[in-house]
Amino acid sequence: MVEHVAAPTEEHIWQMLEEVSDPEVPVLNILDLGIVRAVRVEGEEVYVTITPTYSGCPAMNTIATEIRLRLLSEGITKLHIHNQLSPAWTTDWMSQAGRQKLEAYGIAPPVDGTATGHMLNLFGADTAVRCPLCKSEHTHLVSQFGSTACKAHYQCDECLEPFDYFKCHA
Amino acid sequence: MTDSPMPAQATTAPTPEVQANLFPFVLQLADTSLILAHRLSEWCGHGPILEQDLAMANIALDLLGEARSYYQYAAELEGKGRTEDDLAYLRSAVEYRNPLLVEQPNGDFAGTIVRQFIYDCFHYHLLLQLKSGPDAHLAAIAEKSVKEAAYHIKWSSEWVIRLGDGTEESRRRVEKAINTLWRYAGELTTPSAAEKALQAAGLVPDYAAIQAQVDAHVARVFEEATLPVPQGVFMQKGGKDGRHSEHLGYLLAELQYLQRTYPGLQW
Repeated sequence: MVEHVAAPTEEHIWQMLEEVSDPEVPVLNILDLGIVRAVRVEGEEVYVTITPTYSGCPAMNTIATEIRLRLLSEGITKLHIHNQLSPAWTTDWMSQAGRQKLEAYGIAPPVDGTATGHMLNLFGADTAVRCPLCKSEHTHLVSQFGSTACKAHYQCDECLEPFDYFKCHA
Repeated sequence: MTDSPMPAQATTAPTPEVQANLFPFVLQLADTSLILAHRLSEWCGHGPILEQDLAMANIALDLLGEARSYYQYAAELEGKGRTEDDLAYLRSAVEYRNPLLVEQPNGDFAGTIVRQFIYDCFHYHLLLQLKSGPDAHLAAIAEKSVKEAAYHIKWSSEWVIRLGDGTEESRRRVEKAINTLWRYAGELTTPSAAEKALQAAGLVPDYAAIQAQVDAHVARVFEEATLPVPQGVFMQKGGKDGRHSEHLGYLLAELQYLQRTYPGLQW
């Protein structure tokens, strides 16, 4: 039986959101990922603003549902999820804790300042990415498109393991 | 998933003329992204190697996401209760506003690369302009999508260079693709009636300026690819006015099959 929460505070909501994980990278919660932009509580009405990582990211629908379910389990039914495109999401918003969790999970975290951006740097040097397994910096880019929209595909030249790199997206 | 759609935040009240033309323009952007996304998705599981199969699926997904943003905005602009799904699944080929380029069949890998390269050159530079344009809603979509389009143009440009300056076989194929597809490049920067009206109102950027940026990028890439830039090609057009090649009907038959056969069906 779910107790009705009379007046949730914004702090409560942030705590609940911290328990919602990214379905494609389950070690990260959505606060680590930096996609929750705002939380506002007005009486019983709760407003949550989220920003998509990539336009077509299929995880966004799941995340919105997970947020709804998590808050519903605390008796919050008057939830309004607002999908905000601007300012556009950037990996700069990913928390330090999130970056450490990613590396421990086997995904190299974004290297700041290396976004493809508007440089159109054709055949430019690959971003030096540390292998999350053996920690060697001796790695190379296999493809800038990986298993999900947010990742590139790398291989370590030391331990030879292929690994995912969470692209810097700024 | 848009529980509460982003409100349209036009900085000044749009004139009736702008209002009348904004819907077809946004729809054109939506159709263009959707049709190209669909074409790329046809490669899924058939790519020459796994990494490039993934690349095409990734780009398709980006474009599909961008299309959804435009369709949602278009539905709101129209204000007749149609949803993004109605606009994508329940319009016939003559109602589609995409330029002819993006509906052209995939051909071989070189054909897909050349089609993508021609589109990416335009798309990337268009989004850079729309991002700082006066329509706040379009600017927000462009701000998001231009980051993704930067990956696309880098990918297709590098592949044009690899294929052009590659083996005899790759060069033969990429030249054939350029000969087949270049005739569809001009339509991208040839404004439709709606685009002309919006250009006059400052909502759509000057396409001559975009064409100059595109030409500069094409010249740079083709030089590295050791390919000659096509000259004096007669440019086909009509897609933006709903006059399509025969390919679009077949594409829509597949894309719309489920909704046409089982109206209103949901996952």
